[in-house]
Amino acid sequence: MSVWLALLLMSALAALAALASSFAASQSRARARDALIGAINDLLPQTQCGRCTYSGCLPYATALAEGTADINQCPPGGDTTARSLARLLNREAKEVDARFGAMPATSMVAWIDEPACIGCTKCIQACPVDAIVGGARFMHTVIADQCTGCELCIPPCPVDCIDMRPFAPRFEAASSMRPQR
Amino acid sequence: MIATVGAHGGLRLEGHKERSTETPIALAPPPECAILPLDQHAGMRAEPVVKVGERVMLGQPIARPQGEISAWLHASISGRVATIEPRPAAHRAGDSTLSIVIESDGRDERWPAHTSMQDFRERDPIVVLEHIARAGIVGLGGAAFPAATKLMGALRSKDCTLLLNGAECEPYISCDEMLMRERAHDIVLGAEAIAHAIGASQCVVAIEEGSSLAEATLREAVSRASAGSIRVAIVPNVYPAGGERQLIATLFGREVPFAGLPTDIGIVCQNVGTAAAVAKWIQDAQPLVSRIVTVTGDGVRRPRNLEARIGTPFSQLIAACDGYTERMHQLLMGGTMMGIALPSDDVSVVKATNCIIAASALDLQPRAAEMPCIRCGNCSEVCPARLLPQQIHLNARASDLEGLERYGLMDCIECGCCDYVCPSQIPLVERFRAAKPELAKHLMARSNARDARLRYETRNERLERLEAEQRQKLEEKRRQARTRSP
Amino acid sequence: MPFPTSEPPHVVAPLTVSRVMRLVIYALAPTIALHVVFFGPGLLIQICLGIITALAAEALALRVRRKSVRQYLLDGSAVITAVLIALCLPPLAPWWLIVSGTAFAILLAKHAFGGLGMNPFNPAMVGYAVLLVSFPAQLLQWLPPQVAELERVEISLFHTVTTILTGSLPAHLTWDAITSATPLDALRTNLRMGMTMQEAHASPIFGGLGGRGWEWINLATLVGGVWLLAMRIIRWQIPVAMLGALALCAGVMYAIDPGVYAGPVFHLTSGASMLGAFFIATDPVSAATSDRGRLIYAAGIGVMTYIIRTWGGYPDGVAFAVLLMNFSVPLIDRYTIPRIYGHAERP
Repeated sequence: MSVWLALLLMSALAALAALASSFAASQSRARARDALIGAINDLLPQTQCGRCTYSGCLPYATALAEGTADINQCPPGGDTTARSLARLLNREAKEVDARFGAMPATSMVAWIDEPACIGCTKCIQACPVDAIVGGARFMHTVIADQCTGCELCIPPCPVDCIDMRPFAPRFEAASSMRPQR
Repeated sequence: MIATVGAHGGLRLEGHKERSTETPIALAPPPECAILPLDQHAGMRAEPVVKVGERVMLGQPIARPQGEISAWLHASISGRVATIEPRPAAHRAGDSTLSIVIESDGRDERWPAHTSMQDFRERDPIVVLEHIARAGIVGLGGAAFPAATKLMGALRSKDCTLLLNGAECEPYISCDEMLMRERAHDIVLGAEAIAHAIGASQCVVAIEEGSSLAEATLREAVSRASAGSIRVAIVPNVYPAGGERQLIATLFGREVPFAGLPTDIGIVCQNVGTAAAVAKWIQDAQPLVSRIVTVTGDGVRRPRNLEARIGTPFSQLIAACDGYTERMHQLLMGGTMMGIALPSDDVSVVKATNCIIAASALDLQPRAAEMPCIRCGNCSEVCPARLLPQQIHLNARASDLEGLERYGLMDCIECGCCDYVCPSQIPLVERFRAAKPELAKHLMARSNARDARLRYETRNERLERLEAEQRQKLEEKRRQARTRSP
Repeated sequence: MPFPTSEPPHVVAPLTVSRVMRLVIYALAPTIALHVVFFGPGLLIQICLGIITALAAEALALRVRRKSVRQYLLDGSAVITAVLIALCLPPLAPWWLIVSGTAFAILLAKHAFGGLGMNPFNPAMVGYAVLLVSFPAQLLQWLPPQVAELERVEISLFHTVTTILTGSLPAHLTWDAITSATPLDALRTNLRMGMTMQEAHASPIFGGLGGRGWEWINLATLVGGVWLLAMRIIRWQIPVAMLGALALCAGVMYAIDPGVYAGPVFHLTSGASMLGAFFIATDPVSAATSDRGRLIYAAGIGVMTYIIRTWGGYPDGVAFAVLLMNFSVPLIDRYTIPRIYGHAERP
C-alpha cells in the first residue's frame, strides 16, 4: 500500500515539476529567442537590401534564429559578418555564398543624375532607410552619408537616372594626417 | 610638491636636454624661400586667398580656414607667391601636400593691417576670442590643433580651468623649457588673455621636475602677474606625462572620457608656446609666423634652440647649427618616441615642428630581431592608457576586430611605451597603427548600421501609421456614405 | 642626401627575450649551489643532461616547424625548462628520467602548441608531472641532505655519474640505505600513521623552519627571486599572491588544529614553494596577463598547492597547482581586463 502511495506521490511531484519547468522554459525561450534575434540583427549591416532573399535585416535575423536560413546569405556584411554570425550562433564559419550577390569591394552609394530626374518619388518610396529626399515633380537627391547601398531604388526609376558610385567622405578628417600628440 | 594622482604607467627616460639648453634661443635667418603647407594644422585644409605672382608681406593672411576645425595661415616672409603646388612636407613624413611657396624679397616688410589688443582686459571676452582666432595660432606642442577652436569648446563649460602645458614629455625636446626660461612674461600675458577670453578663473602652469631655471623664472613672472590666480605645478619627469590626457590625470586625478575632450571635465589645455604666441599677437599684432625649434642630436655640430620662421627649410636650420657631424644617421621631427623619421631635410618648418633631431647611432637604439610575445606584461605595466598591449597584439595578428575593440585599440595614444619595453622587440605601435583603420572602418560601419536601422524602423512605423490613418479615413467615408443613402 | 626612415619609437630599451631568460638562470644560481651543497653533484649532471636534451629537442622541433634555429635555439627558454625539471628530480635519478621529461616538455608541451610564447601550460611542469605520474617510485628516491644532524651518505662524483647513467648504485650501497623521504613526504606519511605533529616533527630531518637542508634551499631561492624582482624581470603580484595564499591556508588550518596541520613557515620553506612562487608560476607565457589576473592566478596556485599537499595523493602540489591554474588562465584573462583610461568601469 505505502509503496503505491509513495509512487503516486513521487509521480505527482514529478509531473508538477515537469509542468512548472516546461512553463518556465517556454517563457524564457520566448525571451531568449527575442534576445537572440536582437543580437543577430545587431551584427547585420542594416542595408535592408533583401539580397538574403528575406525582406530586410530583421526578417533574416528571425530566420537565422529559427534555423531556417544560413549564415552566408549577407553580401553587404561580407565575410566579417558571416564570421561574427558563426561565432554568435556556434555554427561553422563559412564565406558568403556568391549566389546571393557579389561582395562590394568598396562601399557604394546611390547617385541620382539630377538633371535627368523627373521627380516621380518612386525611389523615395523604395528607399528603406529614408536616405533620398525630394518632392513630387522636384529633383531628388541621395544623402550619401545615409545611403546603405541597397540598390532598391534603381529598378523603380522610370528614367534610369540612378547609378551606384563609390562612397567618398565629404571631407578628409584630421586622421589622415599622421597621428601626432 | 610633485603631483602624480591618477597617472598610470609611463617611462623614466633619459632627457638629453642639456645639449640644446646651453646657449640661449638664437634667431634663425629668414629663409630665401618659405614653403607653407596648407594642411599644417589638424582638421580641414586652409584655402589660399592669394594668387601665384602676388606680392605678400610678413604676417599677411595667405590662406583662410575652411570648416569648423581649421586655421589661418600667414606669410612668414615678405616677397612674391612663387607657386601653389604639392611639396614634400615634414608633418607628412616627406610626402607631398599642397603648399604655398613664397620667394623672399629680402625686405621682411610687415603687413600693416593687423592691430594689437593690449587693452584685452577691458574688452568683451568673445571679442578677445575672435581676435585670437585670426592669428592662425595652433597648439604648438606638436598636435597643431587650432587653438581658437579648442578655446571655443571651453565656452561650453561654465568655469574652465586653463592648463598650460610646459612639460615636454619626450626626450631631446627643450623648446618649451627655453621659452619658459627666457620668455616667461609672454607666457603669463598669453595665459591672462586666454583666461579672460574663455572666462577661466583658474590657471595652472605644469612644468617638469628638474628644470629649476625655468621654474624660477616662471614663478617670478607669475608673481608679477596682475591677476593672482596662476599656479605653477610640478609634474614628474615621466614620459608621456606631458601628453594632454596624461597631464590631466597626473595633476587633477581626473580622466578625459573616451571620445570626449578635456572641456567635458572643465579643463582646457594649451601648450606654453601657444600662450606665448597669443601674447605676441595681443601685444605686437604678430600672427603665428615663427616658432621655437629645438635642433639637437649627436648628428648636428651645435645643438641649440632657434626661433625659426614657419616655412624655413630644415637644411637651413641645420646650417644655422653649423651643419651635420660625420656621425649623422637619421633625421627626426619631434622626439625619439613619437617623432617622424624624414627621408630628407628638404622639408620646411611647420607650426607643429617643435624639434628636429639629427640623430647619430648613439642617439638611437636599433631593434633586435623580433621574437614571439612571451606575455611578460611589461607593456601593460607602462601603458598610460591602461591597455593590455599584449592582448591587442594577439588580436591584431588574428585580425579579430571584436577582440581589438574589447581590448581598446582605439584608446591607444601611440606613445610607444609598450614598444620601448618589449623584450621580444615587437614593433607594437606600428602594428597598432596598421590595425586601427580597419577597426575604425568596422566601428563606423556599425554605427552607420545602427543609424540605418533606426531610420528603417521609424520609416516602417510611419508607413504603418499612415496606412492605419488611411484605413480609418476610408471607414469614415463608408460610414458617411451609408448614413446618407439609407 | 636621403636618410633612413623607421617607424616610431626610434629608441627601445636594450631588453631582449634571451636577456630575460639569462637573468632568470642567473637568479637560480644560489638555489643550484645550495642544492649541490646539500645533495651532492647529482643536480649538475642532471642539469647538463637536461640542457643537452632540451637544446636537441628544441633544434629538432624548430627544424620540423621550419623556424629559424639560429634565432630561437639560444633564446634561453629551453634551458630554463631543463633546469627547472632537473631541480625537481632526485639528484641520483636515472638519466632517462630527465631526458624523457625534458624532451616531452619541449616537444609536446611547448612546440606542439606553437613554440615560444604559445604554450598554454608551463612546459617544465608538464614534463615533471608526466614523470611524476609515470614513475612515482623513482621520483621519491631523494637523498637525505648532507647536514651534521643526519647520517651522511658520501657518494663520489664518479659514482654519481655512474649511478645516473646506469641506474644502479655502486656495489657497496643500496637504495634503501641511502634514500630518505623529503620532509613534506615524511610529514604526510607520519601523520597518516597516526602520529601527532610533535611526534612527527621529532625526526631529525626537520629543521628550524622546514626540513633541514630544504629550508636553506628555499631561502636561497627567495634570494634569487627577490633579485629578479629588483631587476624588474618579474613583478611582485605572482610571488606575493602565491606565497600569501599558501601561508594563509596553512595559517588558518594551523590555528584550527596545530596537532594535525603544519604551520605556514613550514609550508613556505618546504618543497618547491619558493621555486614555484618566483620561477615557475611567474612563467609569463602560461600565467594570467593583467595585474589583477595575476593576483587571482597566483593565489589559486597557493591554495591548490596547500590542498594537494595536505589532502592529496602527492607529496608536493606545486606542479599540479600550476597546471590546474594554467587551465583557468583564459577565463581569468577574460574577466580581469583593466579599466581603460577615460572609460567607465566595465559591467
